[in-house]
Amino acid sequence: MSNTNFGRMGMTEPQADILNSARRFCAEQSPMSRVRALMETPLGFDVDIWAQTGALGWLGIAIPEEYGGLGLSMTEVVPVAEQMGRTLMASPFAATTLAAQAILSCGTETQKKSILPQIAGGAAATLALYEDGGDWDLTAISARATRKTGGDGFTLTGEKYFASDLMAAKFVVLSAFLEGAPALFVIETAAIAQANIRREKICDETRRTYALNLSGINVTDAALMDCAKTPTALALIDMGGALLAAADMTGACQACIDSTAEYMKTRKQFGKYIGSFQGLKHPLVSAFVNYQNARSLLYAAAYSFDAGRSGEISVRMAKARAGDALSFAADRSIQFHGGFGFTWGCDAQLYRRRAMFQTAQFGDSRMQRQRLADLLL
Amino acid sequence: MVLSVEQFAASADAWFEKNTPRDLDFMLPLTFMEVGTDQQFEFLRNWQKRVYEAGFLGAAWPAEYGGGGLSQVHQDAATNAMKAHNAPIIFNTIGLGWAGPLILDRGSEDEKRRYIPGILNADDVWCQGFSEPDHGSDLGNAQMKAVRDGDHYVLDGSKIWTTHGHYAKYMILLARTNPAAPNKYLGLSFFLVPMNTPGISTRKIRKLTGENGFTQTFFDGAKIPVSCRVGEEGQGWQIAMQTLMYERNAKGGQAGGISISEIDPLRIIDLARSTKRGGRPAIEDPVVKDRLVNLIIDNQAFLMSAERAKLSPLNADCPQAIPLMSKLVRTEFIKDINEFAISLQGTKAGYYAGDPSAIDDGYWQRGYLNAFSATIGGGTSEIQRNIIGEHALGLPKSK
Repeated sequence: MSNTNFGRMGMTEPQADILNSARRFCAEQSPMSRVRALMETPLGFDVDIWAQTGALGWLGIAIPEEYGGLGLSMTEVVPVAEQMGRTLMASPFAATTLAAQAILSCGTETQKKSILPQIAGGAAATLALYEDGGDWDLTAISARATRKTGGDGFTLTGEKYFASDLMAAKFVVLSAFLEGAPALFVIETAAIAQANIRREKICDETRRTYALNLSGINVTDAALMDCAKTPTALALIDMGGALLAAADMTGACQACIDSTAEYMKTRKQFGKYIGSFQGLKHPLVSAFVNYQNARSLLYAAAYSFDAGRSGEISVRMAKARAGDALSFAADRSIQFHGGFGFTWGCDAQLYRRRAMFQTAQFGDSRMQRQRLADLLL
Repeated sequence: MVLSVEQFAASADAWFEKNTPRDLDFMLPLTFMEVGTDQQFEFLRNWQKRVYEAGFLGAAWPAEYGGGGLSQVHQDAATNAMKAHNAPIIFNTIGLGWAGPLILDRGSEDEKRRYIPGILNADDVWCQGFSEPDHGSDLGNAQMKAVRDGDHYVLDGSKIWTTHGHYAKYMILLARTNPAAPNKYLGLSFFLVPMNTPGISTRKIRKLTGENGFTQTFFDGAKIPVSCRVGEEGQGWQIAMQTLMYERNAKGGQAGGISISEIDPLRIIDLARSTKRGGRPAIEDPVVKDRLVNLIIDNQAFLMSAERAKLSPLNADCPQAIPLMSKLVRTEFIKDINEFAISLQGTKAGYYAGDPSAIDDGYWQRGYLNAFSATIGGGTSEIQRNIIGEHALGLPKSK
């Protein structure tokens, strides 16, 4: 029984082209040796590769042509996020894309005209939305914005967490309660003192996130985004974030399974390749089947992203299954590498840590299923 | 005039709306493997004939052999209409889905003319002789003998799990022509065998459900002409593998029609609403909800994978992955959903098909037990995992 209320499978021509280019680009630019090297750097990603990502037009995929983008949609963003995940490529790509979508969704015309072309041209941007309680609900906000009496701008208080690649971003979109309702602001990071920023120690050492203390940050009237559209924008960020996290984990899952299979074809114990033992082979096949299904859900979600309720259902399904698939595959990968799997040098831990971090962004698998229960039952 | 796919789909929809039999006073089998009574058999044979004559079976097979001469997309539309109207199954699956495509692909002109029309109109029921009592998963080790004697082969031995064995006119048979071949696979040959050959007999097998549906087939010096052989001596394994690709839907060319009555998984949502726990509907239990959602996602993932398989840019890394895994995924899912549906029924989980108090006439209990026929038959789930591991992931063979 096919139920189009849950989203539809399909692909667009530009999506297929971008998938092809992204597969090649990421494989060439992000070999595991470079992933390892970048893990040790403060910034965490390669600025030359980032510049190339911008030059390819990928930061503007889902930005309309009138603001300097390619005029496509999140459907075509997914293959890039997937292939970056596949190679564990460190990149502010997802955060920048989501920030651009937020600006597109609830930015003023002035903000769109001034910021979106810069992003499409290669400037990084990010989001500072999560707070201390660990809640995924982007509307549960403790940070406060207060209008300055008799002058221009706002005073902010509060703390934000998990702002991806904030040190590299030119713009940051942040949320605060203003006069009894959630509000979004977009500011230049140049206006933030270094003392307000703390690098966070996170499970996934291939990426960088930062805590941001809002106190003392100077915010002008021009930074405030359209308050009437804030709830829509927050919902869009939530869905877009879940979609790109699903893409990232699905890609990583493929690489994790491939590298584990490779090891099982070359490692011998008891005189046999360990891949011939059904105790290892069958769970790896389970991981592979999970991955294939997760990828099908991912591309259905990519294709259905704009389809309202059915889009939401498809995205939540994709996020739930991508997280579960990568968590299981990487867990088994560590185990099947034996003693080597317990070492820092084995890549299996990178995939497991990716899953630990990424499942916890934009709602973990159980939360997605809870929301799906509300939507479906 | 050739109908467009849309027109053809609309006419199929209208035909099944009008002609799908409702409110029968006997139980129909859920799959082609469960035809257990003569009443069921006669009904399904007549049903297949009507569907074929209406043009909704074999629509994509060549017209010169009785097919419709249209495209696969036309046939898929007709098959979808059967699903949508919850029509009875098309039971001659081994002819329509496995032997037929094989004959169309490798058969002589004479074989195509002789066999294909009877497969389509259900005059000729087909069965399969692959598994043996001592060689199920290890099919390549089949020991049944076919000994060349002039222009005949003499068959001796036994095959088991023969679906429709006592109704079938023909069997596709895998037998050993050369016990001294350099390896076990090269000793096998493939035959199309008339079941009325003297020396062939069948015995019904009673299944775990208490119903019939399979036979064991005995060969006692049965003589068949050499012309019954498909391909050369020693090619039997290769041809059997091609047949299994059709059986597992890993290769196209089937005549179409539904051979398994699919459960609409959303039916278990209604079940969870109508059964009680401590006075409250079971669906209010968060654990039940979570499991329901997981099953709905499983179902959606299966459907989306089937769709993705048609989009080649999304299968570039491993084109055979989805075809290879679909049998494993679907059969395990059907078993899971039946098992979960039983767990929703409280004390009524204990009723079986036939009790007037049973929920849905015991559909789920019977369905769960029958589901094993698909997780075991056609290559067990464990064998499927070996195949996927070896062919999709390139892992070394398990010995």
